[in-house]
Amino acid sequence: MVKRQLISIAALAGAPFLQPAWADEDAARGVPLQPKYQQECGACHAAYPPNMLPAVSWRRIMINLNQHFGTDATVDAAAAKEISTWLNANAEVGKRAREAPPEDRITLAPWFKREHDEVPAATWKLPVVKSAANCAACHTKADQGDYSERNIRIPR
Amino acid sequence: MNLTTLTRTARIAVLLTATAAGSVTRAGTPAELLAGYAAQGTEAPSPKAGQQFFNNRHGREWSCASCHGAVPTQTGKHASTGKPIDPLAPAFSVERFTDAAKAEKWFRRNCNDVLGRTCSQAEKADVLSWLLTLKPGM
Ligand code: HEC
Ligand code: HEC
Ligand code: HEC
Repeated sequence: MVKRQLISIAALAGAPFLQPAWADEDAARGVPLQPKYQQECGACHAAYPPNMLPAVSWRRIMINLNQHFGTDATVDAAAAKEISTWLNANAEVGKRAREAPPEDRITLAPWFKREHDEVPAATWKLPVVKSAANCAACHTKADQGDYSERNIRIPR
Repeated sequence: MNLTTLTRTARIAVLLTATAAGSVTRAGTPAELLAGYAAQGTEAPSPKAGQQFFNNRHGREWSCASCHGAVPTQTGKHASTGKPIDPLAPAFSVERFTDAAKAEKWFRRNCNDVLGRTCSQAEKADVLSWLLTLKPGM
């Protein structure tokens, strides 16, 4: 309750003093990725850190893998269960979890836009980047769930 | 065709007889996987048909080449995410087609995306027979 009030006060003030959630290097390095998750969810794009989406988004994603953003990403039942359990246990619980982002996309979450508002529009369109969802194009250790600033290299 | 193709065909023939007895393939080499797919078809795998199948579109947006490249001896790139994909041809990427379940899983997903259905055993055999003709220095 108190926390929510604080946040809305901050929002009213334009929140210039609010630290971005990811300013903390440790937070940006995240939890170690479950091997099964890395294997099944890291082939077509980086295995996204579980704390970048709320549990409700992960749940929707996991039950719709046959129509996963335009592709078939189905996994067998045992893998689905193992991954879902782990995602659910490690999903975002902080303020970014209050609302599932549009389409359950990390890249459409307000915090994502904030963190990336200094990336030039032309950079997103480079062939080596192609999609904002291609985190590894700039976050060189994205495959290990590491998004800390020291491991960012912007392609040109 | 050439000598390598010949020896390969001979090898397949040997393997065909070998797997006919065991039926289920939980194989460990690309040639064994190929023998497994081919064992269920009536005709010998055709590298030429495989190449065409791989590069043609099948009524949808993507062909196999959209992500793997027209001649998959180099790193490919996922058509929507842009993530690099290791070469599909076994001579250029040692782990390819060494795990039957993994190959099966990707055939299932990718064929569904490209054709809207699963690939037949014969189609898989054609594709893999073509991939096995791709060698360094060609
Ligand atoms: C067969 C390929 C494939 C596999 C396997 C796959 N995905 Fe995806 N995923 C995609 C594509 C394609 C997109 C859309 C990317 C884009 O728009 O650039 C996507 C997008 C996403 C997004 C949204 C990214 C964004 O824009 O913020 C999430 C989250 C996601 N996938 C989670 C998963 C999870 C969890 C798994 C494992 C169960 C998984 N994916 C496995 C292909 C795949
Ligand atoms: C085109 C390059 C590019 C892509 C693609 C990209 N990012 Fe970033 N990202 C950056 C840059 C540059 C920063 C640092 C911005 C700054 O410090 O002003 C950043 C910052 C971040 C941060 C904050 C790190 C910190 O320690 O403050 C996170 C978290 C993050 N990105 C996650 C992601 C995720 C997840 C994806 C994929 C879904 C992604 N990014 C895709 C360039 C990119
Ligand atoms: C939308 C992109 C995309 C398309 C289109 C696509 N693939 Fe793939 N394919 C992938 C990705 C991603 C992988 C897994 C990458 C990895 O293991 O490094 C993969 C892996 C495979 C594998 C697994 C091989 C192994 O043993 O490691 C096979 C087989 C395969 N693809 C065949 C095909 C065939 C046949 C087609 C056309 C019907 C096709 N692919 C179309 C993206 C694609």
